[in-house]
Order: sequence, then structure tokens, then C-alpha cells
Amino acid sequence: MNEAALYEYVLRMSDDSLILGQRLGEWCGHGPILEEDIAMTNIALDLVGQAISLYDFAVLLEGKDRDHDQLAYLRYENEYKNLLLVEQPNGDFAMTMLRQFFFDAFRLPLFEFLEKSPVEQLAAIAQKSLKETRYHLKHSSEWVIRLGDGTEESHRRAQAAVDHLWRYTHELFYENQHDVELQENGLVPKLSDVQASWMITVQEVLKEATLAIPTNNWKFEGGREGRHSEHMGYILSELQYMQRAYPNMEW
Amino acid sequence: MSNSQWPLWEVFIRSKQGLNHKHVGSLRAPDATLALENARDVYTRRSEGISIWVVESVQIHATDFDQSGSFFEPSDTKIYRHPTFYEVPDGVKHM
Repeated sequence: MNEAALYEYVLRMSDDSLILGQRLGEWCGHGPILEEDIAMTNIALDLVGQAISLYDFAVLLEGKDRDHDQLAYLRYENEYKNLLLVEQPNGDFAMTMLRQFFFDAFRLPLFEFLEKSPVEQLAAIAQKSLKETRYHLKHSSEWVIRLGDGTEESHRRAQAAVDHLWRYTHELFYENQHDVELQENGLVPKLSDVQASWMITVQEVLKEATLAIPTNNWKFEGGREGRHSEHMGYILSELQYMQRAYPNMEW
Repeated sequence: MSNSQWPLWEVFIRSKQGLNHKHVGSLRAPDATLALENARDVYTRRSEGISIWVVESVQIHATDFDQSGSFFEPSDTKIYRHPTFYEVPDGVKHM
């Protein structure tokens, strides 16, 4: 099996989940209403839970006798392979929901395909995560629709979020030689299939939300190769603080 | 009600073992769909239920507390309404 390629593949997914979970967790205690505060924290914990399962599989593939905490907390910035999208600041509530929506609309079809992967552990993680992810997408979609098709101000803020985040959505479908290798061996889905499904969801929901898809093709990428935006260092300093200050601590 | 607040909803949850939905609390939401989602997030985080009802609080009509005397107290003195004055025949088991 293609261990190195699969390791990178799984690591990216774990990093996406961890960093987005960390970002969402920043809303804890600051949500616009109590109910949404709890909803976002639930989703953050779902994502961190997915990250743990994925890191556990990644350390098996890596075979270097590391554990999931070492992957999550003790790597340097350029070793994280998450999307630039998930490390972007929360901004206002519209920005957070649009970021979540673009990600959920990608994750759902990805997990649906991975559920059928011949890589058993990956299929099992996908199967377990699917129910959570379906709910995440429903939640973020409902909010995108209500914000877009809501008041003048909510529409303006939602459209501003779409316009700002659109440049980071291209990277969802980043591929390198490892991906091609895994796809050719039938271990992971073709990203073009995931992209087709993502596009349908995005078009449907944004249309209902009366939001326009940006026509410019300005694209940012780099996260998948470990080149991050200026925000990543701040996320890591907070995320890694406990493990760096108290090495090998557990709870 | 002021326009700055979303409507209040009462939440009823049916537990795994329960046959009926029970009132568990209330929450605020802009519409029924989000009220159900909020109820799911706030009240079923620890597998409390398999079904949720939400009802807008303004739709609930309640008895007046000040009139509870005339509403409820008359039944206190009518113990004969409890089925405890019947002789159970010897042949009846499991009562």
C-alpha cells in the first residue's frame, strides 16, 4: 500500500478538522445567542473528535511510534497541511458560517466517497463522521440561507463573506503526485467528483440565499504544502501552549 | 414582545424509553426549523431523546395561577374518585 501518500492524505484531513475545530472553539462564550454558542461548540468538538481518529490512523501509517498528541501539538507550522480556508479568522458570524458552509459542502461528499474506500480504517472513520458532517452542512446551509435572504445588513455581510472566502475555496481541490497515485489505485475518490458535488451544493444554497458567486478567479493556496497565512502562527501558539509548557501532559 | 428578540419556543423531547414527549425547557429561534436545530444542540447533547417537538410559547394557553383554587382544589375532597374503594375479588391476580 502507498503508506507515505496515504499518510499525507490522512494528515491533511486531520489538520483541516483540528484547525477548524480550534477556530470554531474561539466562539465559545461569545456566540450571538446561547443556542448558537452551544451549536458551534458542538460542531467544534465533532471536528476535534474526527481529528483524533484521523491522527490515530496517521501515526499508524507513519510507523514512527508517535501518538496523536504529538501530531496535533508538537509539529511546526510548515508541517501542518490544512487548508488556508480553515485557518481564516472567524470575523463576524456570517464569515464563520460561510467558512463552515464551504468546508462542510466539501467534507460531506468526500466522506461519502471515502465510506466506500478499500482502506478499512479510512472507510470506518468516514462512516462514523458522516452523520455529524450531514448535520454540520444542514446547520451552516440554514444559516447561509437566512443570512443571505434576511435583512439588508445580514445580506451585505454574507455577500462580503462569500466574496472574501471564495479565493480560498480553490484549494479544497488541491492535488499533488501523491493524490494521483492514491486515486489511480482506487484508494481515494477523484477530487473532480467531490468538486462536482461541492459545486452543486454551493450553487443551490447560495441561490436560495440570494447570494452571488464571485466571478473573479483570484485564488490563494499553499496550506496543503505547509505555506500558511499570517494567522496560522497565532492559532498554533494558543493550540500548542499547554503541550509546550507542560511536555507530555495528558488529560 | 419586542422585535429585538426572536420568538420563544417550548421544547418537548421523547426519550428512548418514553412513550410521550416531555417538556424540557425553552429557547429562542427565528423559525421552526432553527428551533428544532437549536433544541437538538441544547437539549439532546447527551442522547436524551429520539424525537423533538417545538411549539411557539405564545401558542400555549395556560390556567391562571390566581384561579387555581377554584380550578383544582375541589377535587382534593373527592377521594371517592380514586378507585380505592373496591373490594378486589380473590380470583383477581396481579393487582
